[in-house]
Amino acid sequence: MADVEQFRREVRDWLEANCPAEMRTPMRSEKDACWGGRHFEFQSDAQKRWLDAMASRGWTVPDWPKDYGGGGLDAAQTRVLKEEMASLGCRPPLTSFGISMLGPALLKYGREDQKKRFLPEIARGDIRWCQGYSEPGAGSDLADLQTRAEDKGDHYLVNGQKVWTSYADQADWIFCLVRTSAESKHGGISFLLFDMESPGVSTKPILLISGYSPFCETFFDDVKVPKDQLVGEVNKGWDVAKYLLGHEREMISGMGLGGDKQALGRAVGSIDDPLLRAEIAAFDVDALAFAAMSERFIDQLKAGGAHPAMPSMMKYAGTELNKRRHELVMAAGGSDALEWDSDRSGGGKAARDWLRTKANSIEGGTSEIQLGIVAKHILRLPGA
Amino acid sequence: MLTLTDDQRMLQDAVRPFMADKGAIKAQLRHWRDIGCKDGFGHGLWKQFAELGLTGILIPEARGGAGLGQVEAGVVLEEIGRNLTPSPFLTTAVAAVRALDGSAHAERWFPGILAADTVAALAIDEGRHHNPARIACAARRQGNGFLLDGEKQFVVHGASADLILVAARTGGSPGETDGLTLFALDRGMAGVEIDNVALADSSKAARLRLANVAVDADAVVGEVDGGWGPISRALGAGRAGAAAELVGVAAGASEMTFDYLKQRKQFGRLIGEFQALQHRAAHLFGEIEIARAATFKAAQLLDAQDQRAELFVSVAKAKAGRSAALAVQEGVQMHGGIGMTDEHDIGLYMKREAVLGELFGSPRFHMARVAELSGY
Repeated sequence: MADVEQFRREVRDWLEANCPAEMRTPMRSEKDACWGGRHFEFQSDAQKRWLDAMASRGWTVPDWPKDYGGGGLDAAQTRVLKEEMASLGCRPPLTSFGISMLGPALLKYGREDQKKRFLPEIARGDIRWCQGYSEPGAGSDLADLQTRAEDKGDHYLVNGQKVWTSYADQADWIFCLVRTSAESKHGGISFLLFDMESPGVSTKPILLISGYSPFCETFFDDVKVPKDQLVGEVNKGWDVAKYLLGHEREMISGMGLGGDKQALGRAVGSIDDPLLRAEIAAFDVDALAFAAMSERFIDQLKAGGAHPAMPSMMKYAGTELNKRRHELVMAAGGSDALEWDSDRSGGGKAARDWLRTKANSIEGGTSEIQLGIVAKHILRLPGA
Repeated sequence: MLTLTDDQRMLQDAVRPFMADKGAIKAQLRHWRDIGCKDGFGHGLWKQFAELGLTGILIPEARGGAGLGQVEAGVVLEEIGRNLTPSPFLTTAVAAVRALDGSAHAERWFPGILAADTVAALAIDEGRHHNPARIACAARRQGNGFLLDGEKQFVVHGASADLILVAARTGGSPGETDGLTLFALDRGMAGVEIDNVALADSSKAARLRLANVAVDADAVVGEVDGGWGPISRALGAGRAGAAAELVGVAAGASEMTFDYLKQRKQFGRLIGEFQALQHRAAHLFGEIEIARAATFKAAQLLDAQDQRAELFVSVAKAKAGRSAALAVQEGVQMHGGIGMTDEHDIGLYMKREAVLGELFGSPRFHMARVAELSGY
């Protein structure tokens, strides 16, 4: 314990010295996040310095092994780092699908040469990754994918189309599910990594009801992918995919916590309408209870005592909560919240954020899919 | 960490089979109900609680107890809730012990509680809704002591109690927490009229009428006008404890329901195959897990004497109450016709939830409290 306290002091001193003041202010929106990658334009020098400083210590991924660009911290030390960052208000140095999704899958299923090659890049934010899972027509039945990868000796030849690929237009590489056998639905899928600059890859943004465009359609036309970029065994990519989905759901469930931990009622200011106040109080009870559940879930994961299907419960609860939060923000804001393009409304932030949350219970597997997984794998209901 | 420690898990491993066996619905709740027991619980089982060291769970080791905390009390209460075990554990071993701890009354009452010879009751509620700041029951000074006048209701185990803790007003006015004083009344005090009432769940709660009840100054627990200290300690422990018991009620009802979904056939299929029920069952599962986490968090903050404890206790009581209400409603509905019969146990969960949901404040009371404590 004394070691942990010593570590805490060192962490705090280091953060005080290395986290620029600008990076200790709350993020105003998703756009303030640092994504890294070949084409990322840093918003400020401070943003870049903060990323470099954290990456140099392996603290963008504090609990990964040092050999792969991580910090080599144990669970207690990782927690201390997070607590100290939270107490100083430090922004996350890097937001990345490489960290939250691909990295854990590579650590479990990657070959040694793949880990050595890709993980340090992820840790430094050199490469921005996107996910090639969903396909038009497949929707929630993810395994019904049609994108083909034919074995051409030293490479795979990939043809097909993906959809809802988040930030594909800004990504450098993609982790992608492809069909390598038509004989079995789940047993003919493989997990491929490839460069988005490969000839034959093209992307097109999809405009959402929020006016934002985080998602893309992505097309593959005779894309050549070297065979050493296959993760795990051929035709066994579904295991990797499922493992990764667990991490994705865990990440999305975090959105139920909202941008800050402040009670919604306090955030929206005085509420004259007693019915609205009651609804908001009911929401705050649910949100605070969910925050406790998130804390417990992480503790259970670390202790190895979490059911593998629990991320589905968390994803469902967290995203439904986030939708409710934004419904209430709109209700509290009244006609102010409906303004779409005024400066006063920050360019319609409230309305756009509200509409964006509607995707939460669809992306990463719909709420109905998550409930089905809980019913089948946790409750073991028949025929689920 | 919001997971049980090894010691807490050992406690759970000991209490779970004990409550499932000795505290089972058939052996306790149905038995005492069907013979019309005046206490609504069995003193024999309460003695066994003592033999396991549970009556002294919150009593300091220096006074012969186990010196454990709210988290451990919650572990016991979840099992009590799961089996609908009637006992004075929540009011006596949890709420009353917290009220008395640190006062001169601890020395007098703790040995009896440890031995399960003493049952304690809290007389705080006066109206049909919990609202302790609104206490109107008056305590007027007379000579060296006080004269108590007023009415109390929802005094759980009031007619069986050897000790009744009565919250009364020595100053201030209803709505204020200043000016309250907590009195310890022995069984059979002159002027105390006790109406023993059976509630929907077959537990017993008394209505009290106090008319010129003369008590000595040493009946005061803590300080005159400073009763809010022990009262709020009892309320914190009672509310967090009731939340844990509600989680147990929810867990017991839902486990019974999920089993039924796997056995009952309709239209030639197991009803658990129907997606309409699967999704509701999965949603219910999540709500109970979330309520358990919130309850754990509240207990831990109480044990740490953290300033956020009061907020989280209200979060826990509100969330556990709503989750348990959902669990019993879905439980009865998914059992169909059999769920409406007295013969089946699922309806007993519904009755218990109704009582525990109201005890120490309904979800509405605690949602309003969350708004108030959050400053809006």
